[in-house]
Amino acid sequence: MNPLLAVFRRDLLQAWRRRADWLTTFFFFVIVVSLFPLGVGPEPAMLRTIAPGILWVAALLAAMLSLPRVFESDFADGALEQLLLSPEPLPLLVLSKTTAHWLLSGVPLALMAPVLGLQFGLDVEAVRVLFWSLLLGTPCLSLIGVVGAALTLGVRGGGVLIALLVLPLYIPVLIFGAGAVETVATGTGAAGHLSLLGACLCIALPLAPWGASAALRVALE
Amino acid sequence: MNWFKFSSPQTFYPLAGRLIPVFWVLAVVLAVAGLYIGFFVAPTDFQQGDAYRIIFIHVPAAWMSMFIYLVMAGWAALGLVLNTRLSSMMASALAPTGALMTFIALWTGSFWGRPTWGTWWVWDARLTSELILLFLYIGFMALHASIDEPRRADKAAAILAIVGVVNVPIIYFSVKWWNTLHQGASVSLTRAPSMATTMLLGMLVMAIAFWMYSIAAALSRVRSIILERERNSAWIGQLQESR
Repeated sequence: MNPLLAVFRRDLLQAWRRRADWLTTFFFFVIVVSLFPLGVGPEPAMLRTIAPGILWVAALLAAMLSLPRVFESDFADGALEQLLLSPEPLPLLVLSKTTAHWLLSGVPLALMAPVLGLQFGLDVEAVRVLFWSLLLGTPCLSLIGVVGAALTLGVRGGGVLIALLVLPLYIPVLIFGAGAVETVATGTGAAGHLSLLGACLCIALPLAPWGASAALRVALE
Repeated sequence: MNWFKFSSPQTFYPLAGRLIPVFWVLAVVLAVAGLYIGFFVAPTDFQQGDAYRIIFIHVPAAWMSMFIYLVMAGWAALGLVLNTRLSSMMASALAPTGALMTFIALWTGSFWGRPTWGTWWVWDARLTSELILLFLYIGFMALHASIDEPRRADKAAAILAIVGVVNVPIIYFSVKWWNTLHQGASVSLTRAPSMATTMLLGMLVMAIAFWMYSIAAALSRVRSIILERERNSAWIGQLQESR
């Protein structure tokens, strides 16, 4: 079997066997989003205005929370060292792991977000844009995130540190993603923002796996 | 001349020791001159009154905050590529100074904003990206501090700094577009005022003073870092005996 596919399949299989881990992230997203109406009050007009930001910030936090799991168990049982020793280019192996992470964390968020968006009173067009923006944006989050995950591997207090490293780098994705949904209300068209999200993805796709591999080599040297 | 002569901590340590007083003196003299020009020579601004005088601190600090990040990332990358210890030490010596400059720029900016805009803070593109720059500095220092082995900490922090450099322009433009989308140009820092020559002169002198201070502070800090990391090497033992 192709090694890249094998790594991908292995990550999905492990996630399936420990379903609770990934469901926790998913429910974290749902709970955080549901807390906001309780905190700021149930006025529909206000909720509609803040919905894109809340959904996107919650998605950011949920994606970040699941990051340590990308390498942690492989690091603990030595599988990561075998990956580093394999003749396959490490950035490609990292890319398969990242894709698995996106399928497990990003895609469920994108699928769930429209439902939560309806709870906030977003109209159908806004919900549609929200779905597409998350589908385009969450791979960026996974890609940038694995760099942070690789950098904090085996580091004291890695879980909190990863927030400090990764969240500032997430800001452009947040701006374009939430911005895309807001354009529906202002009527300026979401195409520009979605294109910019795509551009972020195009930059992160070749660079992030490379950076993460460099960080992995540092972590395991 | 052998450019690599001073690339080892052992030869750089005494050189830095000789350079630090020079940069300190230059920093103090230029700061006194710049502040004198700023407070006594430069005319009062007809729009902003005397409140504008904070730019003599604010603008140089903002310049330095961005420039130091680039220099820091440059040193860090050099340390990563060439595996030179001193380069990485320079990077970690620059980080606190850069963070300090960013903080001063934000702090003075808010003091400036109160009398001129009537608010301590606006989510202006520059302010926001400066704030994010502070987060990047803090991330760099936090990552470095949480890895015990210095060489590994250097490399990990270097990768983060390089990722940050790629991100800084993206962050800046995203914040800028976000800002123009949200609130229009109600508050703009970018209008180019026809600045009096003495104002510009004061600002430039202060900028050079900040440069000198940053170099002096970074060199002092790199000397401490050298002492700390090389404490088990023979030449430091000799250094102590010769005291």
